Amino acid sequence: MRISFFLFSIIMLQVSCWAQFNDVVIKTPNGFSTTNVAWDFGRVRHIVVNSNGDLYMKLEKLYNGKGIVRLRDLNKDGKMDDTLRFGNYVGTGIAIKNGYLYASSNSEVFRYKLDAQQNIVDTENPEKIITGLVDKRQHASKSITLDEAGNIYVNIGGPSNVCQEQDRQKGSKGMMPCPLLETAGGIWQFKADKLNQSYAEGIRYATGIRNCVGLDWNKEVNELFITVHGRDMLYQDYPTLYDQKRGAELPSETMYMVKKGDDCGWPYVHWDHIQHKKILNPEYGGDGNKTGVENAISPLMGFPGHMAPNALLIYTGNQFPEKYKNGAFIAFHGSWNRAPENQEGFYVVFVPMKNGKPTGNWEVFADGFSGMEKVTNLSSAKHRPCGLAQGPDGAIYVSDDVKGHVWKIQYNQ
Amino acid sequence: MRKIVVSIVLLLGFIMMVQSQTIDIKTKSSISRGKIVYEKYCLTCHQADGGGVPRMNPPIIQTTYVSGSKERLIGIVLKGLNQPIEVNGDEYENPMASHAYLSDLQIADVLTFVRNSFGNKYPAVLPSEVKVVRAKK
Repeated sequence: MRISFFLFSIIMLQVSCWAQFNDVVIKTPNGFSTTNVAWDFGRVRHIVVNSNGDLYMKLEKLYNGKGIVRLRDLNKDGKMDDTLRFGNYVGTGIAIKNGYLYASSNSEVFRYKLDAQQNIVDTENPEKIITGLVDKRQHASKSITLDEAGNIYVNIGGPSNVCQEQDRQKGSKGMMPCPLLETAGGIWQFKADKLNQSYAEGIRYATGIRNCVGLDWNKEVNELFITVHGRDMLYQDYPTLYDQKRGAELPSETMYMVKKGDDCGWPYVHWDHIQHKKILNPEYGGDGNKTGVENAISPLMGFPGHMAPNALLIYTGNQFPEKYKNGAFIAFHGSWNRAPENQEGFYVVFVPMKNGKPTGNWEVFADGFSGMEKVTNLSSAKHRPCGLAQGPDGAIYVSDDVKGHVWKIQYNQ
Repeated sequence: MRKIVVSIVLLLGFIMMVQSQTIDIKTKSSISRGKIVYEKYCLTCHQADGGGVPRMNPPIIQTTYVSGSKERLIGIVLKGLNQPIEVNGDEYENPMASHAYLSDLQIADVLTFVRNSFGNKYPAVLPSEVKVVRAKK
């Protein structure tokens, strides 16, 4: 009797654990499978997987005073069984390149040397390579990526919705020219191995970018690719120009290839994927149709508004079918500015690409993170995709910054 | 004598009931007017359930910003808020614009709605209270 009760308890415990860790069902195309590799790590922003399979997660809220987590599978049974925590700062960006782990706070970038066994040589004393970047709370997260030539690229988001004289004040005019662009609203390039660089040592690589949270170096064409969050409040502030539905769909969220010196047009224009034009923002005299900033570049693709593309991964692995090679995975965090319409996003999409150009339309690749059919209130979404990484075996990883789960998506043929 | 006492008690009870109902009716109509103001000016950022947007726009549920000082609450609506703010252990980064263009009645109504919605249950905010805070500038 006692034994059966004991067994029953164990089974119930397992069922409740299963329910806890598999609280949502992730839907992927045929042939793919999804497993939970990490759960309940808190505000997990960007992630990276090292050549030995170690998973690094950057946290936006400290846990026991630490902001980076490394998970390691010691006995190679497919389950992460070792947790290392370090780094006393919050932030979003994390990357690995040429034997170093790079991680960002909201104003600085640090790097940690990895030894031959892929252990961090000194978790307590990283090298501070970039410092003094604008952190005015709004759009303060610093996403990072590195190229093949020793450079690191840092997103410095514009600390504003659309550079109004009074930020987010209905009716307030846009500043001309926008002074924020001097130190923010763009991508800055720094040396990956030089200490204590700030604006004077960096290059404003591309400007007119409101807030790029996703960025990745496309190795096929050797260029920087970014995903950008479009402006808020078109319907709320200009209901006569944008009705409720149009204000939910617009402006587009966007993916660009940016070259040195490019301007994407923020805050003066936004991309409209329905008209396929750069439309002048109403704060700068726009009427919903007038175009502007003719020398600004156009995105490679526009997506429905406000879905928040928080991570970009150009797929270079060999595990997935051929169509995925050199294409873009984008993690959409999910919207809030579509209210009172239902929210949208909360999924990972795929854009097929060749030679750095889309070869077809975007499609939803992994869905179900929110745990509900329709999200009306953002706080009810169970998970929100925030980071993407590619493992050495070609599987991809998706992180969530609500609960701090990470899923691994594999192709099984 | 006993009859008189009973009638007085009943009468007092009736008066109190009517009084509490008049307060209720007043508050109730303020709440229903406030809902319309909320939907037009507040819902996008604070969401239909008052739950806000993680990291960006704070929730207005079970927080002393809503339950506490009416003067502070009215002041936030009038002047907006653009400073580090922590609600229930989390930080929120988006600035809130000034809503001073709303009338004293609209602000009283929307705050009465917020203080009596999403599980909140706190006394009404009166237009006269908004007027006092507005006058202080």
